[in-house]
Amino acid sequence: MPTGNDSQPAPKVTPTQVCAWLETVTDPEIPVLSIAELGVLRDVQCQAGETVVVITPTYSGCPAMQAIEQAIATQLRRHGVAAFHIHTRLAPPWSSDWITAAGRRKLLEYGIAPPGRAVGCRPAGVGNQPLVACPQCGSTQTARISEFGSTACKALYRCEDCLEPFDYFKCI
Amino acid sequence: MNQHQALYEYLLRLGDNALILGQRLTEWIGHAPALEEELGSANVALDLIGQARGWLAYAGTVEGAGRDEDTLALQRDILDFRNVLLVEQPNGHYGDTIARQYLFDAFHYPLLEALHGSSDQHIAAIAAKSCKEAGYHRRRSAEWMIRLGDGTTESHTKLQRSVDTLWPYTGELFTTDEIDRALQSSGVAADLTAVQQAWDEEVARTLKTATLQRPAAGWMQSGGKQGRHSEQLGYILAEMQFLPRAYPDAHW
Repeated sequence: MPTGNDSQPAPKVTPTQVCAWLETVTDPEIPVLSIAELGVLRDVQCQAGETVVVITPTYSGCPAMQAIEQAIATQLRRHGVAAFHIHTRLAPPWSSDWITAAGRRKLLEYGIAPPGRAVGCRPAGVGNQPLVACPQCGSTQTARISEFGSTACKALYRCEDCLEPFDYFKCI
Repeated sequence: MNQHQALYEYLLRLGDNALILGQRLTEWIGHAPALEEELGSANVALDLIGQARGWLAYAGTVEGAGRDEDTLALQRDILDFRNVLLVEQPNGHYGDTIARQYLFDAFHYPLLEALHGSSDQHIAAIAAKSCKEAGYHRRRSAEWMIRLGDGTTESHTKLQRSVDTLWPYTGELFTTDEIDRALQSSGVAADLTAVQQAWDEEVARTLKTATLQRPAAGWMQSGGKQGRHSEQLGYILAEMQFLPRAYPDAHW
């Protein structure tokens, strides 16, 4: 967990400023989405000269978390924040419902079908398949190729109309 | 054994189950029967190893001896591992791997669901996170059970044999000892009787749909939870731990 060097006097920063700086921090697997739009950035606090950034992983084994922490640390240092702490919080567990409306639109534009609402997804049951629209042509005549796609958070689908394969951001 | 020691042991059991099964699944990388299954195995392994990291990191904190999750995963020897025997069984053919995965997933999901309500907030947090992933794992392995079991004569025969072979390792999932009992009374550990009931119902339903026979009740293997393992675990650790043991100063 990266921690800043607190030997220097800390400049006065506000959570709003920090959030604005972190807008350029993206998920390395989905570079169009900021960590705030993804719902990974949970909280920013600036108290007693220390900045605390709280993040949560999408999946337990998400290998992007370390890169995200480093990118946050780099951004903070670039803006002269020396005293900071990046904390990972597990509870409540991340839900794809936390992806913002702007984030969903960006996913779609990037060619990834955004997740359905997690409430009602019931991933635990056999045969419970969400209706997924093709991000290329919009057809709902799609078929799941694999429960798991290029990353843990995505499943692999194929459009039966335009025949393009595509990633679906799973709802959890 | 006091509560503190029991908690450490309990966390090792949760962490080692996920770690060893995750490591087993990574053995398929480069060898899976289809690209989609390669991705599936790797992703399930990634989830499990991520979960193991959570459990073992907490185990290290509880132990208080300065061991982190990497040290616990890579510096312990066979007798100190607490995973159930089921997860260390060899991959075999893909039906063997699917049967092993399904029998474990059908246990893992209700276990994590129960632990979500643990009185220990760290356990509850890791379980709530992991439970969402375990739901996907169980759906995938159950669908494969049905596809292979209710498939061709050959796939049916092979999968039935896989289930029969692995069945004696399922009893251990639900055995309780002093560690479980010490933690159940304080609401930390899951009630395995309820987990077993959920497992029984789930497995019966899937086997029926898959046209597979539930093996007759018989003698069950046990010992993994107490550190008595089959010879399989040694081979797993030899591969998993080679690099950090041969090059202790190596850093990622």
